[in-house]
Amino acid sequence: MSSSEINKNEVDIVIGALNADLTQFLNSWKPFFSGFHLIIVKDPELKDDLNIPEGFDVDVYSKPDIEKVVGAANATMFSGYSCRYFGYLVSKKKYIVSIDDDCVPAKDPKGVLVDAVSQHVTNLENPATPLFFNTLYDPYCEGADFVRGYPFSLRSGVPCAASCGLWLNLADLDAPTQALKTEQRNTSYVDAVMTVPLKAMLPISGINIAFNRELVGPALVPALRIAGEGKVRWETLEDVWCGMCLKHISDHLGYGVKTGLPYVWRNERGDAVESLRKKWEGMKLMEKSVPFFEALKLPESAVSVEDCVVELAKAVKEQLGSDDPAFTQAADAMVKWVQLWNSVNSSG
Amino acid sequence: MVEPANTVGIPLNHTALLKDELDIVIPTIRNLDFLEMWRPFLQPYHLIIVQDGDPSKTIAVPEGFDYELYNRNDINRILGPKASCISFKDSACRCFGYMVSKKKYIFTIDDDCFVAKDPSGKAVNALEQHIKNLLCPSSPFFFNTLYDPYREGADFVRGYPFSLREGVSTAVSHGLWLNIPDYDAPTQLVKPKERNTRYVDAVMTIPKGTLFPMCGMNLAFDRDLIGPAMYFGLMGDGQPIGRYDDMWAGWCVKVICDHLGLGVKTGLPYIYHSKASNPFVNLKKEYKGIFWQEDIIPFFQSAKLSKEAVTVQQCYIELSKMVKEKLSAIDPYFAKLADAMVTWIEAWDELNPATKA
Repeated sequence: MSSSEINKNEVDIVIGALNADLTQFLNSWKPFFSGFHLIIVKDPELKDDLNIPEGFDVDVYSKPDIEKVVGAANATMFSGYSCRYFGYLVSKKKYIVSIDDDCVPAKDPKGVLVDAVSQHVTNLENPATPLFFNTLYDPYCEGADFVRGYPFSLRSGVPCAASCGLWLNLADLDAPTQALKTEQRNTSYVDAVMTVPLKAMLPISGINIAFNRELVGPALVPALRIAGEGKVRWETLEDVWCGMCLKHISDHLGYGVKTGLPYVWRNERGDAVESLRKKWEGMKLMEKSVPFFEALKLPESAVSVEDCVVELAKAVKEQLGSDDPAFTQAADAMVKWVQLWNSVNSSG
Repeated sequence: MVEPANTVGIPLNHTALLKDELDIVIPTIRNLDFLEMWRPFLQPYHLIIVQDGDPSKTIAVPEGFDYELYNRNDINRILGPKASCISFKDSACRCFGYMVSKKKYIFTIDDDCFVAKDPSGKAVNALEQHIKNLLCPSSPFFFNTLYDPYREGADFVRGYPFSLREGVSTAVSHGLWLNIPDYDAPTQLVKPKERNTRYVDAVMTIPKGTLFPMCGMNLAFDRDLIGPAMYFGLMGDGQPIGRYDDMWAGWCVKVICDHLGLGVKTGLPYIYHSKASNPFVNLKKEYKGIFWQEDIIPFFQSAKLSKEAVTVQQCYIELSKMVKEKLSAIDPYFAKLADAMVTWIEAWDELNPATKA
């Protein structure tokens, strides 16, 4: 699907600004952001003014704006990498595409710049196939189809809730891994989009992601903060937690999550060795989260996304709350998030 | 357009990995000319050729290959009455080769599969990639978004639980095909000109609990870990169905692998599939399967093996009982198939006494 076939009015591009100077970032994305509406949310803890180049249709939100909408007490929910969730909250569009501000467009093996926005929207507009694995990956793309043995009743697929993209150059590795392999760069361009199967868990990265806001908006929860969360991805887990919730809810409601294309090119920032100490907290939390999500069954009565988030939060509090205060805080944040979502979007 | 690789001039690999631990099983009804192209990669290995169809025909094997060949007479002689479980006039007969092998690993390939080229134009040594896949752990409990984490240049991504990074043993390596894709008959009829030209440079583990349509064209597995589950069913002559052999094996294998904590990988390597079979002939073979699979899939998706089933044979026998109980209502064929599954295990254990539970 080319850029011209996408209805740009259905898309908001949400950028969380953790860096003040967005000139290089936005100019590098200009060919692909042009014609789209941008929502830029400034990390409330960032002191400097944002530097945004001309030529973009953009609404900028900073701390005072956030406080006006959600109240000063709730503004802390949107600090650091979580600032982008405020953009999700106030958007009025069907699809959201969100990319970290240290990424630029990647080149495909032919040397052509990848239009990540178009690819994400294409992924979201086409069905997902979580109920049976297609060995030729995305059956709806040009030149591919369902293989022999794929049940016909499953070939219309289900709605796609999220599109998780990947990264060339600096892949989204954790601090211990990157610290060990300082020179490692991801040079492998895997030319595929696929649906992550039902019940399979995965670590969703917020670096390059898109989702159907109308379908699952409230499920993208800014909830888990590790102690000493920082301003580099190695020092966060918020997106991974959010992704676990999103996948579980999608599975429960019969939606699909895709992974693979598009790639973005991710640049150097921070020091993996420095981040090692902080990351350890995150690893422990992940270890506890996995068996929780594996065993979790949302009640049949949870039929809306909001219901699912609330039920999930309840389960987190009951089953994980005693393990770590971070989980209790996450559960509370999830409930608060749904309340905010409903009040901000009550007219829509 | 995609072309097969030209392997003329590629030197023979004298240090071929696992050459004394792996058998290559090839079913054939016509000839083995295709092996000429595979010579640099496959000659160091022992072949087990399962000759289907008329046993009086002589199959010419290219010079220099070390092989054993079995035709229908041999199968009948070796298995006696148990030979009834081995299909006739269908490539499903290849599983006889798995049974008589004495090696740890099997690579099976169809006789219309040639060497593929990777995007740089280099000839793909499919067997070498399969071996890498089998010798490396799988990661079925959590999906890695960068695919195979053990591959050069890759790793587990942020958020991947450390306790799951050791992975589990890999039982199956499922390869793919460029050029003629493995479509069912209806799709072939609708898209007769479609060719798979997309080289997806990834190997991945199929998550636990997820089923897939396994293709026997380009497949390798650890015979010690999962061999007895690789029964390719009752197809061909005298049977109401064809072209479901490998898929049936794949569903049984996946359920058992999930139960025993073993991994199944899919993706690389690619081979070049040269021959498109006749879609009208295929439709006649597959016709019933297309309806039946609507019931077969939910059956496998909900199949639960008992805690007491700890060997592959035990798992397989349990599965056969479930097949008889739950699928016979669809068609009496399934009762026959369930019996054949038991016969297969009996024959396997007879020919492979050391691997008995």
